[in-house]
Amino acid sequence: MVVGSGPGALQLTYSLRRLGIEHAVISADDAPGGMFRRWPIFQRMLSWTKPYAEAERGSTAYERFDWNSLLADEAEHRAIMPSVMDGTSYFPSRPEMERGLVAFAERTALQVRYGCRWESTRLDGSEIVIVTSDGEYRTPIAVFAVGVAEPWRPPMLAVVGVEQYGDLRHAETYADRRIFIVGKQNSGFEIATGLLPWARQIVLASPSPTRLSVDVRSLVGVRARYVQPYEDWALAGGVVVLDASIESVEPRDGGFIVTTKSPQDGSALTFEVDDVIAATGFTSPLRDLPQLGVTTFGQSRLPAQTPFWESAAVPGIFFAGTIMQGSHGLRKHGIPSNSGAVQGYRYNARVLARHIAEEKLGMRLERRRLAPDDVVPFLLAEASRGPELWHQRAYLARVVAVDADGPYDDGIQPLAHFLDDSGPDAVAMTLEANGKDDPYPAVYVRARGLVREKLLAPHPLLHFEGEAYRRELADTVHDLLDRALTR
Amino acid sequence: MEVRDDVVDILAGFALFSDLATPELESVAQTLDESWFKADERVIRQGLTGSGFYVILDGTATIRVDGKDRATLRPGDYFGEISCLLGEPPVSDIVAQRPLRCLVLPCEQLEDFLVAHPRVLFRLLQGEARKVRNTTRWLS
Repeated sequence: MVVGSGPGALQLTYSLRRLGIEHAVISADDAPGGMFRRWPIFQRMLSWTKPYAEAERGSTAYERFDWNSLLADEAEHRAIMPSVMDGTSYFPSRPEMERGLVAFAERTALQVRYGCRWESTRLDGSEIVIVTSDGEYRTPIAVFAVGVAEPWRPPMLAVVGVEQYGDLRHAETYADRRIFIVGKQNSGFEIATGLLPWARQIVLASPSPTRLSVDVRSLVGVRARYVQPYEDWALAGGVVVLDASIESVEPRDGGFIVTTKSPQDGSALTFEVDDVIAATGFTSPLRDLPQLGVTTFGQSRLPAQTPFWESAAVPGIFFAGTIMQGSHGLRKHGIPSNSGAVQGYRYNARVLARHIAEEKLGMRLERRRLAPDDVVPFLLAEASRGPELWHQRAYLARVVAVDADGPYDDGIQPLAHFLDDSGPDAVAMTLEANGKDDPYPAVYVRARGLVREKLLAPHPLLHFEGEAYRRELADTVHDLLDRALTR
Repeated sequence: MEVRDDVVDILAGFALFSDLATPELESVAQTLDESWFKADERVIRQGLTGSGFYVILDGTATIRVDGKDRATLRPGDYFGEISCLLGEPPVSDIVAQRPLRCLVLPCEQLEDFLVAHPRVLFRLLQGEARKVRNTTRWLS
């Protein structure tokens, strides 16, 4: 049973169906697309789809350059997004994104019961009962793909008249007004960017300094698309970017008086503004799942999850789509997975479908045998072109395991699962990044229950198939393959 | 703002942050991320690069070296700082004993963080001094 019809749910239902797993999908919406039917509020995506790239459109390698298409096995259903974009930007507009998702759902004939609202949930023995506006569903496995798109604001900002992401007025109504935005992450800077041509003054404030994606070389920073207000501040153009906590917000004369305090020296500032906008984050609409025992954490109230996106507290309840970011993986060097975005969770969905098939439904999916000599080139090709590794660095890995008959492709697995699982001797290849250098391949060899890490060098052109890489990886996996051959 | 709104109050009760006023605590809370681990889940893995500095908000954890349990960590305790300060992979696993709620800062940000909050740096130094003292006593 899958709840939702955004890209996370669509990818999962597609992947489950390819494995022949019968299931139902319900959605309160009346058409596919999820949050992209309304947002981003300024109508253009943050994630790109390059119409022309080093890899041929529709190939697996092309997925690295196309962050927005859902994944299909059939050639005619792959790389849909570039075919619905008008070419004026490599960031799709919101309507283009919505069109792409609708096209995927229609062309692959996904079956979703639209207009059916999930209302409550209860446990009945080993079954999960999902009460909907159309009656009850009973299922051993429920997957919730309901997004992380409920704007959240701290009690300090629960003041009448304070707006938030999602309920803003038309941009032109902010003409010649002083606007105070609380929050300096992407949503705050998106709002500031959209209002830059209209506002008399914009103040962006939060206690910790802004980090830019181009500085930290990861998506944890503010994206380049939204950096214009930051440049305006840096060049003293009128925007104020402030590291300060909000001490009070008081309505006055149709506007607000906002008082801030510096975390460095405790000094206070007072702003008289016309509008206050909270861009302080989002939560997931989990309804009564916490009452069922689903543990949540962090400001976003994300459910705590296993490496396979199952509730860490209530077995049988899984998550798909952007909620998957609650399964945090290793966060090496502080860099999170891309599970909060389409380009990340579309791969998680495929892994989850296989996991449900094998671990929950007892199916045995085929593994492709590899000749021992093919293991090194196969893994280096994955590091160079495998889209799962590129989009989910240090989070998903290509695994080659070894048994009495030699090596075999054990598929894409969550890296945390590989490291902590006492499975067969195996090697996992992933890509990693440390926030300052180019990405580099990382190899984990699991032998006799112990795991060893080997980091390969970065390459300025990101090509990892040269002789030096072959030699180093061959040395790293030599013992593993040698033991397999001599068994 | 990636942490829940009760974090500032919790941090105020920990020795490591006891010298900080509320705005500075809020800044600390916003600089760190919140993580949650189920019982038996590994938080830090011995020998693997790219770890971080962790502060326990709730729950307990085991320090495990080469598979042997050595000590227990509790709310207010922190770990991972040695690996961060030396730029080397951790020399032990840290494993959640029961559900564990932590704040985490990537190693790469620890130096800037400590320099920006000298009172936290001093408290951390006191903690490290205690560890050295206890180890010396144990060895003798």
